[in-house]
Amino acid sequence: MNQIALNEGLSQISLFFIYGAMAVYTLAFLAFASHLARLSSEKNAKRASASKLERIGIALLILAVLLHGTGVMLRGIAASRVPWANMYEFSITGSLVVVMIFLFALLVKDLRLLATFVSGFTLLILGGATSAFYVEVSSLMPALQSYWLVIHVMVAVLATAFFNIAAGLSITYLLKTAKWVETSKAKFVASLRRVLALFPSIEKLERMAYRFNIIGFILWSFTLIAGAIWAERAWHRYWGWDTKEVWTFIIWTIYAGYLHANATRGWSGKRSAWLSLIGFLAILFNFIIVNQFFKGLHVYSGL
Amino acid sequence: MRTALILLLLLAVAAVPGSVFPQRSADPNGVAQYFDKNPALAKALDAVQLFDVYISVWFSAIYILLFVSLIGCVLPRTAVHAKALQSPPVPTPKLLTRMPAHLKVLADKAVADDLIASAKTLLKKQGYRVAVTENSVSAERGYLRETGNLVFHLSLIGVLIAVGVGGGLSFSGQRVIVEGETFVNNLAGYDSFSPGTFFTEEKLIPFSVSLDKFEVDFDISNPTNIGTPLDFRAYVSSRTQVEGESKSAVIRVNEPLELPGANLYLTGNGYAPQITIRDKDGNITYSGAIPFLPQSSDYTSLGVIKVPDAEKQFGIIAFFYPTVDELTTGALTSIYPAPYDPLLTMNVYVGDLGLDDGLPKNVYALDTAEMTQVAGGKSGVKGLRLTVGQTVELPQGLGTATFDGLKRFASLDVAYNPGGLWVLIFAMLALAGVTTGLMVPRRRVWVRKIDGGFEVAALARGDDLSLDKVVADVAAQLNPDPSNAKETPLESNG
Repeated sequence: MNQIALNEGLSQISLFFIYGAMAVYTLAFLAFASHLARLSSEKNAKRASASKLERIGIALLILAVLLHGTGVMLRGIAASRVPWANMYEFSITGSLVVVMIFLFALLVKDLRLLATFVSGFTLLILGGATSAFYVEVSSLMPALQSYWLVIHVMVAVLATAFFNIAAGLSITYLLKTAKWVETSKAKFVASLRRVLALFPSIEKLERMAYRFNIIGFILWSFTLIAGAIWAERAWHRYWGWDTKEVWTFIIWTIYAGYLHANATRGWSGKRSAWLSLIGFLAILFNFIIVNQFFKGLHVYSGL
Repeated sequence: MRTALILLLLLAVAAVPGSVFPQRSADPNGVAQYFDKNPALAKALDAVQLFDVYISVWFSAIYILLFVSLIGCVLPRTAVHAKALQSPPVPTPKLLTRMPAHLKVLADKAVADDLIASAKTLLKKQGYRVAVTENSVSAERGYLRETGNLVFHLSLIGVLIAVGVGGGLSFSGQRVIVEGETFVNNLAGYDSFSPGTFFTEEKLIPFSVSLDKFEVDFDISNPTNIGTPLDFRAYVSSRTQVEGESKSAVIRVNEPLELPGANLYLTGNGYAPQITIRDKDGNITYSGAIPFLPQSSDYTSLGVIKVPDAEKQFGIIAFFYPTVDELTTGALTSIYPAPYDPLLTMNVYVGDLGLDDGLPKNVYALDTAEMTQVAGGKSGVKGLRLTVGQTVELPQGLGTATFDGLKRFASLDVAYNPGGLWVLIFAMLALAGVTTGLMVPRRRVWVRKIDGGFEVAALARGDDLSLDKVVADVAAQLNPDPSNAKETPLESNG
C-alpha cells in the first residue's frame, strides 16, 4: 500500500514566508513608486535624491525574492513533490520565476524602470493566491503523477513569465505613444509624461518586448507539444479540444499573429503592442477564469 | 503576411466559442443537458454548429484559408531561398555610411595591405559566406534563419496532414470491466466505440485482456488529505496472437498498456457489488457483479439492477456506501472511499422494464416513469439495507436479494492512432524550425578599404540584438590598435 507523508506544519511555515515576502514586496513597490514620483517632480533637488530610493528598492526586491523562494521551496518539501500542482502553487511559483527572470535581465539590460510594474504585479498575484486560491497541502491525484508535470508545467510557468515582462514593456510602449498622454493638460498626466520620458525610446521598448515575446512563444510552443504528449499518455488522445487545450491554442495563435504583425507594414508598433497585451490577457483569462469556471479535464485548481 | 495575420486572429476568435459551449467531441453529455435545459436555444446554436466548433464549416474555412495562404507564401519563398543558398553575397554597396551600423577606422599601411585577406579569413571563421572584390569583402550569415522559418511553416502542413490521416485511421472505444472479467478486442467487446473515417472492423487486431485485480490506495494518514486517492492499479493479464501465452502487467493512469494494434488506458474505476436475486421458490433470477457509478469523491455509488426474467418484471435502483455513516437527518453517507463498513441500499420498482421491444437501453439508468415503486421513497415500505453476506426479503413476494461480495471495476479506453507519432515528428520539426527562425540572426557585413584605413558596416535582416557590437568587433579584430577607431557621426540605431 502506497502512502505519502504531507507536512502540514511545514506548509504553514511556507505560508508565513510567502506573507513575509508580500510585506517586503510592498515596501519595494513603495520605494520604486516613490522613486518614479520623485523623478517626475519638477524640482531638480527632488529628482537628484531619487536614485537612492531605487537602490533601496532593488535591495528590498532581492530580500523579497529570497523569502519568496524559501516559501516556494518549503511548500514543495511539505508536499514532497514539485510546488506547482494547483492554482495557489502555480501562482507562487510563477510569480517567483517572473521576479527572478527580471532580476537576471537587469544584469544584461537596464530594465530598472519596470521594477514598479514587476513588484506591483507580483504583489497582486501573491495577494490573489493567498486569499482566493489557497488550499492546504495535498497529494497529487493519480492523473498528475507523471514527470510531464515537471516539464510541461515548469515550461508553461517560464513562458508565462517571459510574456508577462513583455506585456509590461508593451504597456509602457502604449502609454508612451498614447495621444491623451501627449496632449492632456491634467497635472497627473504631466507627471506621467515626465516619468515616461525616462523610459527607453519607443523603438527600444518595442524591440525588447519582441525579444521577450519570441522566447515566450518558443517556450509556449514547447508547452503545447509537451501537453499533447502527456494527454496521449493519460487520456489516450494527444488533442481533444478540452477547454484548457482550446485556450492554449488561442494564446499560441494570438502570439503567432503578433510575430506576423512585427513583419507586416502598418502592424508593427502600436498594433503589435496591443496584440502582445491581448495575448497576456488571454493567459490571465486562461489561468484565472478557465481554471475555475470552465468545464474540462484540467480540473486542478484544487478549489 | 497581412492575410496570414488576419486569418490567425480570426482563428483565435473562432476557437473561443468551443470553450464556452459544450462540444460533442469532448463532452457529449454536456450537449445533451444543454438540449434538455434550453431546447429552443440549443437548436439555434446547433444550426450554426456551435456544438461542433472544431469541425464546423466556418472554423474549417478559416484554417483551410490559412493553410492556402501559408502554401502560397512558403513555396515561392522556398524557391527564392534555394537560389540564395547557391549564390554569393550581394556586391558591396557604394554608400556604406547609409547602413544601420557603420564604423570608419584609421589604420596604418600594414593593416590596410592585409585588410582584404584578413577580413575574408575572419568573417569566414565567424560563419559568414564571403565574396571578395579588389578592395572590399561582402559577407552574409544566418541563412539558417530563413531555413528554420520555412521548415516551421512546412512542418505545420505536415502536422495538419498527419492529424487528418491519422484521425481517419484511428479508433477509440470504452469498456467497463469487472475483476475476473475478460475483454476481447472485437466490436462486441466494447461498450462504446468511435471509429475514424477509414476504419474497418478487420483492422482490430485480436487480443484479450483480463482484469485480475484492481487496487486503490487512499490517503489514511494525513488529516487534511484523508480519502484522497494516491494510486490506482489495474492488474491485468493479456494474451495476444503473437505471443499466445498470457502476460501480466499493471495499468496505471499515466501508464497505459501497449499492445499490438491498440493501447489500453485506465480512465475510471469503482465498486461492483455482487448480487444474487432469487424468486420465492429459491430459483436464481439474476446473479452478477454490477458496476456502480461513483457519484462523489467518497465513492458513494449508484447502480441499477434489472430483473426481466422474473414472474413480474422489476428493477432496483441501489446505492452503495463503502464506509457508511448516518447523518443527523437520517440520510446515509460515505465517510471514506475504501470499503471499511460497506452498505448497500435498494429501492425496488415493479413494472415494464422496456427491454422487450429490442431497443438498446442504458444499463446504468432505470426509467421509472411507467413503474411503481414498492420499496423505498414514498412507497410505504422502507428501502432495503444489506451488508456483505446478508440476504433480505423483497416486497410483494418478489423473492430475496443477497449481497454476496464486493468487487471493483475499471473503465478502460482502448485507442489506436497511427498518426500520433507523425504529428509528434512534425511538431518537433516545427519547434526546431521556429526556434532557429527566431533566434539565429541574419546579417550582412561589409569591409572596404578607404583612404587612411577602412570601413565596416552591417545590415540586419530581421531582428538583430547586436549589430553595433558586431561591427565594432570586426573592426577591432582587423585593427588591433583600437586608439585608431573612430565612430562615424551617423546615428546608429542597431
